[in-house]
Amino acid sequence: MSSVVEGLHRQLGLSDEELERILGMLGREPTRAELAMYSLMWSEHCSYKSSKVHLRRLPSEGPRVLQGPGENAGVVDLGDGLAAVFKIESHNHPSFVEPFQGAATGVGGIIRDILAMGARPAASLNSLRFGDPAEPVARRLLEGVVAGIGHYGNCVGVATVGGEVVFDPCYQGNPLVNALTVGFMPAARLLSGRAEQPGDLAVLMGAKTGRDGIGGASVLASASFEEGDEAKRPNVQVGDPFQEKLLIEACLELGERRLLRGLQDLGAAGISCAVAEVSARAGMGMEVELDAVPLREPSMEAWEVLVSESQERMLALVDPARLPDVLEVCDRWGVLANVLGEMRSGGRLTIRFRGEVVAEVPAGSLADEGPVYRRPLIPPPPPADAEVPLDADPADAVLALAGDPTCASKRWVWEQYDRFVGHGTVAGPGCDAAVLRVPGGHRAVALATDGNGRYTALDPGAGAALAVAEAARNVACTGALPIAVTNCLNFASPERPEVMGTFAAAVDGMAAACRALGLPVTGGNVSFYNESSGRPIHPTPIVGVLGLLEDAATAVPSGFQRSGLDVWLLGATRVELGGSVWQRLATGRLEGRPPALDLAAEAELQGLLVELAGRRLLAGAHDLSDGGLAVALVEAVLAAGVGATVELPPGLPPLAALASESPSRVLLAAAPEAAEELEALAGGAGVPAARVGATGGDRLVVPGVLDLPLGRLRDAYEGALPRALGEPA
Amino acid sequence: MRIGVVTFPGSCDDLDARAAVAAMGAEPVALWHGDGDLKGVDAVVLPGGFSYGDYLRCGAIARFSPVMGEVAAFAGSGGPVLGICNGFQVLCEAGLLPGALLRNAGLRFVCREVELVVESTATAWTSACLPGSVVAIPVKHGEGRYVHDDPARLAADGQVVFRYAPGQNPNGSLADIAGVRNPAGNVVGLMPHPEHAVDPLLGPVGGRGLFESVLAAHV
Repeated sequence: MSSVVEGLHRQLGLSDEELERILGMLGREPTRAELAMYSLMWSEHCSYKSSKVHLRRLPSEGPRVLQGPGENAGVVDLGDGLAAVFKIESHNHPSFVEPFQGAATGVGGIIRDILAMGARPAASLNSLRFGDPAEPVARRLLEGVVAGIGHYGNCVGVATVGGEVVFDPCYQGNPLVNALTVGFMPAARLLSGRAEQPGDLAVLMGAKTGRDGIGGASVLASASFEEGDEAKRPNVQVGDPFQEKLLIEACLELGERRLLRGLQDLGAAGISCAVAEVSARAGMGMEVELDAVPLREPSMEAWEVLVSESQERMLALVDPARLPDVLEVCDRWGVLANVLGEMRSGGRLTIRFRGEVVAEVPAGSLADEGPVYRRPLIPPPPPADAEVPLDADPADAVLALAGDPTCASKRWVWEQYDRFVGHGTVAGPGCDAAVLRVPGGHRAVALATDGNGRYTALDPGAGAALAVAEAARNVACTGALPIAVTNCLNFASPERPEVMGTFAAAVDGMAAACRALGLPVTGGNVSFYNESSGRPIHPTPIVGVLGLLEDAATAVPSGFQRSGLDVWLLGATRVELGGSVWQRLATGRLEGRPPALDLAAEAELQGLLVELAGRRLLAGAHDLSDGGLAVALVEAVLAAGVGATVELPPGLPPLAALASESPSRVLLAAAPEAAEELEALAGGAGVPAARVGATGGDRLVVPGVLDLPLGRLRDAYEGALPRALGEPA
Repeated sequence: MRIGVVTFPGSCDDLDARAAVAAMGAEPVALWHGDGDLKGVDAVVLPGGFSYGDYLRCGAIARFSPVMGEVAAFAGSGGPVLGICNGFQVLCEAGLLPGALLRNAGLRFVCREVELVVESTATAWTSACLPGSVVAIPVKHGEGRYVHDDPARLAADGQVVFRYAPGQNPNGSLADIAGVRNPAGNVVGLMPHPEHAVDPLLGPVGGRGLFESVLAAHV
């Protein structure tokens, strides 16, 4: 074993104290390869060393949870032996350095996480955050990220069915790219990345290993951006979706034929992470022969092979008796497969390369026994009151809100994504939530992602709770019962006490909302160091909620689908403009309190929506969120080009009624015959329900307040993003 | 009726095509690119996707796969063949259909529902459609701009099967051409995806006519 260069650990992102810890564990100097492995496995991105103590406060158990946090992805029971596998993950920093490949490989990585559980990846959603789209840098990032997501998802045949895109100057130097994928499978075929059997073989499948993505999880994902970081471009991985498509089909056939003992994806920290995690989960060890790894560049050194984040690779755990069958399947799909190692009891990883032992460490020391930090934190200051002017003309305000790039149509984005493949997309992008038919029955799941950085910046706990409530409400608008959460927590540097204070408060807010709504968190991801040259992003917890619909045919469409329907507004409207879109448009400021969320009322509202949909009383539903009633009405009338005449909630200035972002509100469209039953059920649930108007015509009319033709609304809403990007609408 | 659906490495819509075939009441048969065997099917669908990663040029590698020799022989003997999107590109590369498909005029992948006008019903795949009728079927492609040396002659010969409805051409195709046929009419290719348009739960059902046509002709 060779000795290590003085100071190398710091270049790799390890602190002096962490090096001391390694020395103590090993009782000797680490080799270069070992140091590289520890630097990746103990990176913030892989080890959650700053977030672990807080994440424990999130609820993760429930009767439907088949797999909670700790595996490649969360799994929930859908009934009748079917399971949904889902998870969200960030690829923020790679997407800033190289937007197309960064976003593409983010999609590829989360798809492999789903695949590792044995499920066929079915669909993806993306939560994206950029700076002002009119700025050249943000435009380049948006174009590259969207093209990269589309390229990868389209080529692997996984539909992209939803998500959200928000523009705010705070993301100018640090965009967010969070990708969620869901897959479906028979629960009985669930795989895990646990190597329980001594003598089992670890088979490396997929692409050759190259020098791309070395240090992706440490120097890229676990450090802030400074000027000149374009030099980190070689740390970004390069994707090949064709290779991934073959890998998916090969892995699914192996799973279906029950030829696997386990499966693990190779993502951050590459082979190091995969061999350490499958071993450590079962308290086992492994003899690894790195010479078996097919290399793109024969001059690669052991440490490079160990930490390369080359894409499109999986690690299969195989009973030796099944090896010939496994190799035959891989060969037929044109997927490289080589025996990388053999499982051993005793918990020790022994890694050989070119006749030398290059690393010999306890698997658990890499995967589980890294440092855990209780970082100092400063609780966030309590929010203060702020006034927002309400003297604008209501019609002008509605057009301004509908034409704000964050509120406006994202058609420019989602028309670049294949939303059809998989013959399951009941509702796709542009709806409250995506609805996907589950293969093998009549069920469907609904999925939505949400997160409002402006709210979270004002009050981290309230903002995180509002994100949970909104995503779940979006799911409930389709009639689906929300059942589980995955989250992606995007924050600035954990080494700043005020950021950690924000993080801790956001986790508490999220935990409270999840408990109140009965939603376990089955997995997710933490992304720290989202700041650029010392400028942090708004704290941005993104929440993905999965809901279950017993009959896909009962899914409630978004918006007003035909004329002659009553329009109802559920929930109470108060003057709540802190952090709102209208506050940003009217004042350019971010101040005040975010809207107040009553979790009990939210739970009642969502229960009512599921009940009304189950009784088939709804012809349409639409959540109120960014831009309040104004944007919700515009989206509802444009959904099918059916106008409406509505009254505003009484007792408020018209503009306040239109722009307030009070949560726990939903617009409904229902046949007049449904009115009595709807009112009675709402009354029984204690949910305020007012019949505010009717659908019909080709205008949006609020008598005495505004009267706008759909053409003008469509131009504002559909044309906003192309215009901001300098393209013809 | 048994309808074969070829899976190339990189095919994405093969499962969708098989599901559509089943939904329309025929028996789907999985065909493998590496086999020189059509398993005695009555019709063949080349599905959408990115065969061989679309490396080199869309469809350029797939046309050399063993199954394509059999597909060409089957087409030559009058068997119904439908190429959807990437399958259309493969058929053009293989010389079974006229013309070629280039990068979209807008240089981006486009996924949207479009309306098509049925221009020719003298084909195995549109015989049950009404001439001049309008059907809603989604498109999703990055390289779907149809080009041909002489589109007027192609139209005069009745080989234009589908055109994008006025104002809906999503990719800059010459003369709004969305789908064409061979002179005999048994081989049809189109960029839109009829297999995504058969189930009312999932959207418009403009694709049903193509499957109804081939099923009706089989009886």
